[in-house]
Amino acid sequence: MTRDLEQYLRPGLVTAFCPGCGDGILLGLILRAIDELKINIDDMLFVSGIGCAGWIPSPNFNADTLHTLHGRTIPFATGAKMFNPKLQVMIISGDGDLADIGGNHLIHGARRNIDLTVILVNNFLYGMTGGQVACTTPMGAFTMTTTEGNPYRPFDLPKLVDAAGATYVARYSVTQPLALISSIKKAVQIKGFSFIEVLSPCPIQFGRRNQLGTPIDMIKFLMDKCIMKEEAEGLSPEELEGKIITGEFSDGRN
Amino acid sequence: MKSILSPGSYYFSGDEAIAEGAIAARCGYFAGYPITPASEIVERISIRFKETGGVFIQMEDEIASICSIIGASWAGARAMTATSGPGFSLMQEGVGHAVMTETPIVIIDVQRAGPGLGQATRPASGDIMQARWGSHSDRQIIALCPWSVQEAYDQTIDAFNLAEKYRVPVILLTDEAVGHLREKMDIREDVDIFNRTKKPGAAPFGTEEDDGVPPMPTFGEREKLLVTSSTHNDYGIRKTDDPLVQAKLVSRLYSKIMNNREKIIDYDSCYMEDAEVVVVCYGFTARSALFAIEKLRGEGKKVGMFRLKTMWPFPDRLIRDIGSRAKKILVPEMNKGQVVEEVMKYASCDAILYSQTNGEDIHPNAIIEQLRRLV
Repeated sequence: MTRDLEQYLRPGLVTAFCPGCGDGILLGLILRAIDELKINIDDMLFVSGIGCAGWIPSPNFNADTLHTLHGRTIPFATGAKMFNPKLQVMIISGDGDLADIGGNHLIHGARRNIDLTVILVNNFLYGMTGGQVACTTPMGAFTMTTTEGNPYRPFDLPKLVDAAGATYVARYSVTQPLALISSIKKAVQIKGFSFIEVLSPCPIQFGRRNQLGTPIDMIKFLMDKCIMKEEAEGLSPEELEGKIITGEFSDGRN
Repeated sequence: MKSILSPGSYYFSGDEAIAEGAIAARCGYFAGYPITPASEIVERISIRFKETGGVFIQMEDEIASICSIIGASWAGARAMTATSGPGFSLMQEGVGHAVMTETPIVIIDVQRAGPGLGQATRPASGDIMQARWGSHSDRQIIALCPWSVQEAYDQTIDAFNLAEKYRVPVILLTDEAVGHLREKMDIREDVDIFNRTKKPGAAPFGTEEDDGVPPMPTFGEREKLLVTSSTHNDYGIRKTDDPLVQAKLVSRLYSKIMNNREKIIDYDSCYMEDAEVVVVCYGFTARSALFAIEKLRGEGKKVGMFRLKTMWPFPDRLIRDIGSRAKKILVPEMNKGQVVEEVMKYASCDAILYSQTNGEDIHPNAIIEQLRRLV
């Protein structure tokens, strides 16, 4: 089954991901979604920023790719899409890139509601630069720049992007592959700004510093933490303590 | 190609002429952010593009503006933005990205008095070196410097053609005085348009051709493009730890401008045959310089003018030649001497700065007074 997806990969490359990284899982899920949609990958443009997740499409995807300045994927993509609306544009980048340095462009992209698909990979910190705090790091978590624990609250990104006016907003973990594939397919098909926050384990930079164990332990940790929105609706605030709610927060009908 | 506006005389401001020059040059995408004294360009484009079919967008800041024109350029557009000092500062990282990815873009900088917020409605020539060196590391760009509304129009068209020909950002370094000046200008029937070179299947980031400029595909042409401003090989594959690839790429990006500089450089000169004192000038200040020179020529003084229409690459050989013939060179500037130091590098004779940084254009009398001391 996985061999079918090789047609979408640029030949002769080795991925840059660390052992246990969730970005390789996501790479496969994005290609699976494209394959199931039967879109010609030559009609797509993948725009990526700086950081580990930026390496998912560039150079790996055998299609047009634009590797941009740190934080600026959405403006670059806006220019390409506005000038050539036939391009099916997908932005894939990390939390630090899209929400920290690029946070302003994220909310303005959602406000304009231009037909872009944004896949934001949240690994809870800056991975590639050595594990520093990001706007998505949980309060109290340890990073290279919060050695006594993060004193600040993280963004709830789907709420932020939803409030800014995006048509489709969702959050899933790479541990929810089937739901994530159908979410990516929906995000690509919807006309308007589509946003998916994807939770992805970073055992090397985040797991290690927060005593989360092996890569398999981190996958289990995410499986335990993530709860579907529908499931969460019947639970008390105490029962929801520490849980991450996943699912669709804006389903494209507004 | 035919001009969009019907040929004839028009009474435009410099900013309006730039907007019309962009339209004449078939600019298909404009992204900008309001800033004095460049806002009139943004406003006019937003209205005129509705008639001509271009794509206009006002972005959330100048960083987004330059990034979006790079994206649009790779999607096939002749793309432009317009700004002034503070916005030009914000755009610098984008200029570096466009240099490294060899993306044709046009940036209009209507210079105002700085540093910092400075004087938003007053002219200066303070961004000459920023245009040359504004983003980190070694790189070459092309910068043009108009002195009139007519030339603002003409050089905007030139800027697009040079950007497409050399796959490089081209900066139109105008100033508030030209931007807000209103005067008569002519629109010709035809416009010369250079379209980017296409060669399907060829390496988009390397060439063995003498000019050093690879052909440029666009998104959607099935070329499976890898566009990155990380160090990359001829096909865009990142090679961030390969010294040979880095050296080859940086050298070609440099030499594709420097080796072609005789073709790129444009200038204007008058009263030079027997001139003993030469005024090297540019932009709005050159208007005052010409008035001063004509006044002194009337008195039989041997003064001449050399006007830089291309600021970067700098006309090093022409200045060397002038320096070997003249006794003195005077460089009047609305900055603290950014061009005079460049002149000093190449001229063997004395080069003297007349600097004025009070936010006002240089009066001809000031140049007359300087010249009287020198002749």
